[in-house]
Amino acid sequence: MGEPIIQIRGLSKTFRQGDADVHALRDIRLDVEPGDIYGIIGLSGAGKSTLVRCINLLERPTSGTVLVDGKEMTALSPKELRMARRKVTMIFQGFNLLMQRTCLKNVCFPMEAAGIPAAQAKKRGLELMELVGLAEKAEAYPSQLSGGQKQRVAIARALATDPKVLLCDEATSALDPTTTVSILNLLKDLNQQLGVTLVIITHQMSVIEEICNQVAILDSGEIVEQGRVQDIFSNPQTDAARRLVYPGGVVPAQFPAGARAIRVAFNGGTAYQPLIASLAIDCGVKVNILGADTRNIDGKAFGTMLLGLPEDPAEAAKALNYIKSQPNITVEEAADSHA
Amino acid sequence: MLDSLVSLLESWGVNSAADQVEFLTNPGTLPFAVWETLYAPLAATILAYVIGLPLGILLVTGEAGGIHPLPKWLMGFLNLAINLLRSVPFLILMVMVFPLSRLILGTSVGTTATIIPLTVAAAPFVARLVECSLREMDRGVIEAAQSMGCSTWQIVTKVMLPECRPSLINSATNASITILSYGAMAGAIGGDGLGAMALMRGYGRHQIVVMYAAVIILVILVQIIQSIGTALSVKSDRRIN
Repeated sequence: MGEPIIQIRGLSKTFRQGDADVHALRDIRLDVEPGDIYGIIGLSGAGKSTLVRCINLLERPTSGTVLVDGKEMTALSPKELRMARRKVTMIFQGFNLLMQRTCLKNVCFPMEAAGIPAAQAKKRGLELMELVGLAEKAEAYPSQLSGGQKQRVAIARALATDPKVLLCDEATSALDPTTTVSILNLLKDLNQQLGVTLVIITHQMSVIEEICNQVAILDSGEIVEQGRVQDIFSNPQTDAARRLVYPGGVVPAQFPAGARAIRVAFNGGTAYQPLIASLAIDCGVKVNILGADTRNIDGKAFGTMLLGLPEDPAEAAKALNYIKSQPNITVEEAADSHA
Repeated sequence: MLDSLVSLLESWGVNSAADQVEFLTNPGTLPFAVWETLYAPLAATILAYVIGLPLGILLVTGEAGGIHPLPKWLMGFLNLAINLLRSVPFLILMVMVFPLSRLILGTSVGTTATIIPLTVAAAPFVARLVECSLREMDRGVIEAAQSMGCSTWQIVTKVMLPECRPSLINSATNASITILSYGAMAGAIGGDGLGAMALMRGYGRHQIVVMYAAVIILVILVQIIQSIGTALSVKSDRRIN
């Protein structure tokens, strides 16, 4: 691996609220490699939006350093910062399009601001509208578009200055599930075609599963876990991570007392296996589904289930061994909070 | 026809109806009065925007947390000055501003002289109207512009003003109507036009026909301005058409 494109060290952000200091972020350390799709997930109030705004300095960190593409962002003059922001652009939950401009003029806007000649900007703007699949809407106004289309225009606009990094702040949170998938697919394509690094802020675990390769879990202003998505998902180490990873918002404290619970993750097996049914038929063991969130994406099973094992230790071991022997399934014993 | 109008008015007990009708139908009277009524407020509205628009922008961009925060004392001074000017009743402000009119225009009487007090009264009002319109602006859009590397000047001229255009047109309509009514009031002190006509002849000489005629024409003028303003605002708004 080469130089990280984003390198955050010791970043803290404190807001003054009345007489009290609110620590929105504490001692954040984060490395994003070029070409990564890096997810930052946390519950609302965890500090995700503040963290992403510290990357392009819409929020100025209280302390710490933010190195983006070799530039120390906190040390730039206002003019240098404006130049640097053209290479680290952003899309938003609320799209934030200019409602009084046509879509094409929205896409041309950052180029206009950067002083690129109008004819050249228009040509590039049309290419970008084509790229996001909305060429026919170039002369439409944003109010005439659906939410997904507005986000596509916003993405085209964010790409207008050929950024190296695209920050996505809850970019799909206002969209329905189908539109969310199509926007995520577009982002993934752009990441592959253009090599643009994506930083994705979300509270939706499914967004991370869908496209991220790296993830950081933010809890109360601190990164509690970070690493490859697969690793974090198959083996969450902290309470905050487990809260996010376990399906249906089940938390260990809700597990039935005395029973062992296991988390079963479907890692894209070629088809749904009738796991629970075959467990009952092949082993004669009945398990209890405590929570489940599984989806079929392109014929592959993804998602998680939380299962309660029988109280009899022999039966529980039998079930565990059976599930462990299945392909494309990982099993982890959930921590027993009653112990 | 005019004779029958005069006798109708007389049958209602109107005094000197013939004089009043003759005055009103004199081809020089009404067009001149309408022109006098319009030009001073129009000039004052333009001048008020020259001063009030930048002020209104400063009030929004310069506050703490705005896109270009200015020193607290400066913002405090601006707000205080605007509130002070706005709280002086217009008639009194006009008298207070007489010396300024004399200084700038060499006279403190006549319609042209009212442009100065009208501007002084209207500029702070316009500043507040502009402030109000710009505050409707979605902060997310401004943040987006900042994230693209726009300068403060670019955000004001390319984002805030164009995005608030429908609202700004509406408030300009409001401003011009208010200034028009101030202008009619200025007739009380040496101005000219419909307001002066209604006051001098209607009130001073009990010529109620003249008074009502002046008022009706003022109402029509306001209607016309409001209709044009609303139509322009709606037509310019890309969120609804």
